[in-house]
Amino acid sequence: MEKQKTEVKKNLKQVGDKVLKDIESGSNPTLDVPIRALSNVKFDEQSKMLVMGEATARRYFFNIAHVRKFVQTIEAAALAKELIDVNKHLSLREAFYRMKRTLPDSNINLVDEQTESNDAIEDLELISSSSREQLHINANKMGSVAGKVVIEDKGDTVDWSKLGSGGWAIPSNVEDIIFKKVNAKFIIYMEKAAEWERLHEDKVWEKLSCIIMSSQGQATRGVRRLLQRLNQEFKLPVYILVDGDPWGVYIYSVIKYGSISLAHISERLALPDAKLLGLTADDVINYDLKKHLIKFEEVDKKRLEQVKNYDWFKDNKEWQRQFKLWKELNGKVELAALSSKGITFISDTYIPNKIKHKEWLD
Amino acid sequence: MVEETIAEKMAKDMKEVSVAEFFEKNRHLLGYENSTKALLTVVKEAVDNSLDATTEAGILPEIKISVKPTNADRYKILAEDNGPGVVESKIPFAFGKFLYGSKFHRLRQSRGVQGLGIHGAILYSQLTTGKPVKITSSIGKDVHSLELMINVTKNEPTIVSQTRQKNPGKWHGVKIEMEIEGKFIERAQSVPEYLRQTAIANPYARIIFDGPNGKTEFERAVKELPRQPKEIKPHPYGVELGLMRRMLADTRAKTVLGFLTSEFSRVGRRSAEQICRLAKLELNKKPQQMTHEESERLHKAMQLVKLIAPPTDCLSPLGENLLVEGLKKETGAEYVVAVTRPPSVYRGNPFVVEVGLAYGGNIPSEQTSQLLRFANKVPLLYHQADCAITEAVIDTDFRRYGLSQSQGQLPVGPLTILVHFASVWVPFTSEGKQAIANYPEIIKDTKLALQDAGRKLASYVRQQNKMRERQMRRDLFEKYIPELAESLEKLTDKQKQKIIEELEKIIKKGGLVGKTEDGSQEKS
Repeated sequence: MEKQKTEVKKNLKQVGDKVLKDIESGSNPTLDVPIRALSNVKFDEQSKMLVMGEATARRYFFNIAHVRKFVQTIEAAALAKELIDVNKHLSLREAFYRMKRTLPDSNINLVDEQTESNDAIEDLELISSSSREQLHINANKMGSVAGKVVIEDKGDTVDWSKLGSGGWAIPSNVEDIIFKKVNAKFIIYMEKAAEWERLHEDKVWEKLSCIIMSSQGQATRGVRRLLQRLNQEFKLPVYILVDGDPWGVYIYSVIKYGSISLAHISERLALPDAKLLGLTADDVINYDLKKHLIKFEEVDKKRLEQVKNYDWFKDNKEWQRQFKLWKELNGKVELAALSSKGITFISDTYIPNKIKHKEWLD
Repeated sequence: MVEETIAEKMAKDMKEVSVAEFFEKNRHLLGYENSTKALLTVVKEAVDNSLDATTEAGILPEIKISVKPTNADRYKILAEDNGPGVVESKIPFAFGKFLYGSKFHRLRQSRGVQGLGIHGAILYSQLTTGKPVKITSSIGKDVHSLELMINVTKNEPTIVSQTRQKNPGKWHGVKIEMEIEGKFIERAQSVPEYLRQTAIANPYARIIFDGPNGKTEFERAVKELPRQPKEIKPHPYGVELGLMRRMLADTRAKTVLGFLTSEFSRVGRRSAEQICRLAKLELNKKPQQMTHEESERLHKAMQLVKLIAPPTDCLSPLGENLLVEGLKKETGAEYVVAVTRPPSVYRGNPFVVEVGLAYGGNIPSEQTSQLLRFANKVPLLYHQADCAITEAVIDTDFRRYGLSQSQGQLPVGPLTILVHFASVWVPFTSEGKQAIANYPEIIKDTKLALQDAGRKLASYVRQQNKMRERQMRRDLFEKYIPELAESLEKLTDKQKQKIIEELEKIIKKGGLVGKTEDGSQEKS
């Protein structure tokens, strides 16, 4: 770990030295920042994940349109170096306040909104080839996990099976966690905390010998990294439960292949062998959920078309059959709708059946 | 006893209303509706008269105006010029009788025309203070001083006192002293602003103003008088039927043919014959004997015949040089352009439009530009919104010339717009003489002049805009430099101050700042 730290510090210093060299030679200081946009992201067939292209944008200090972002990025680098030096972490929100200040004799703030400091930090990740976690800047923690797992975190031993009804709150940085004992056959990740609580109350992790994990909506970086580590280090299959609609499919897609804005760290986050357990369009028919369909709005239909045409879905026959079915159903179904079949239907019947019969999408 | 009919009763009550009496009741028509405007009008009438008198006599004007409070809302006004003066016997009439003057019956560019101005001032003084007005004048011989009052019902002057003094210094000119009810202000539509604008349009005049708050002197910008305008005869296109009938009665010509060729400009023998033929009139018909019907036919025919535009030597525009000098001196602008249009005609009256644009320097930026309107070199301070000049300015797209302007507004920026309308007859919208009527010919020519001047100004404005932008950019970089230096110091341990110095060096080298104006460049 210490070795990694010196590596990150070296990278940060290199960013500074490069700018300094420009200044000393009397030329307009520049930063080459890889472009984080759809145009510079592609789906890599080999690794089955979204990877970043080669395109970079050159940012100049002496350019009215660039100067602000230029200084924000260097300031983010200085902040990261300081954090590593004193061995402290800041949340993204805290980093925003740390960077926010008014330039002397002006009404200009170095950063006005957190999106600006977030952007600067993401740019810094790219130009310093270091992840945000390595730069000692954390996202908000959002996510719960339970299972027969014992870990060590900052010297504390934590047993994920003995944490009451809340489970263990997943931190944004899971790099330094040491797995002491992992007693599970697979992982169920779900989109919604409500379903997690259902499964936790029903002690699914004990009955099926698995790990249950969730965050609210899009999976956070910490959650994704934790899924990946468990998947890679303990060869645990990952099953995903989302609402039956294009938005749910996209959540699955991000976990599996990576996202556009974080394409540069796909290999540290993506889970190419994750499976979509449900809800599938077939489930709607097989489990008689048609009466719970919520009619698609215009936006839902548009989103369905977009997702359908993603590189990684468009040549997949099974997925195209799914999208066609959804289009015919013309509505979405929430995971919660399964409770119409019985309070513990999802835990006792739905999940065990689906896994037993390998009724998932890949 | 025979009973009086109503008509007979009414006839007894009917009597002549003197002009003076009429204006006593309608003083707003002459510009005396409130005490601020009244004070300005009095000064304006005196200055207009003085400028006309001096320039007609070929004298470089030197005008002294003093405005001093006597008690609350009363002021003593003193106006003195170095003009040719007025002959003693004419003084009472020149100043004490309405519609008495030398300028109404001729067609030639001058400031005052109707013989209402200074009389109105005297009448106003009399009405508000009850005191006589003191006129002092000399034609270079003895100095005569008269105290006058106007007999309102008779429209006649009454001399209150009269003195005569020796004049060893050979002073000539006119001095008027009067006390009026008024209110003195400093800013727009004020006496000082009126005098400042007068100085701009009359840069050959020296004006000394001694106001309640001290002395201001407007020095001459040039020492030469402009060309004197010549008098012209009316052009047939600009003559109304009534006026033509009066001319028919007054003419010395024995025949219609003679009447047409001698009383009008641009009517030669051939045109006159053509007019008569069209009007079905015999060439040797006696003008005095024409019937109403015949004169109507004659008037109609005059409008139909093709005639050359009236001569324009009756006009005395300021010229581009005087405009530039006048504007430069009084606005402190950095860059001034001027355009004098070739003469044009509305309803048979020749006119010239001149435009001056003063930009930058002491003129405040970020504000609506100031519009200075002049008619025959007299500033127009009131009724800006109703004026043809304003309409033309608003209609002109100044954005083409690098300035900002909203729809239906004056342009914004460090700009003063001067428009001078010179004509033998200025079509004012009212007797207050503050706005020009919007004849299409006038609007069109004013816009052409504004566009000409705008094009002249444009390259300078664009260059200034570019420089300002560059400065703004530089200022912005200067603000970010310490931030960058501080962050770099943390990253590299190089001293912040050293980094700042090196970045400043790059800025001073220039060039770089311009080179990277365009957005990001991609490289792959």
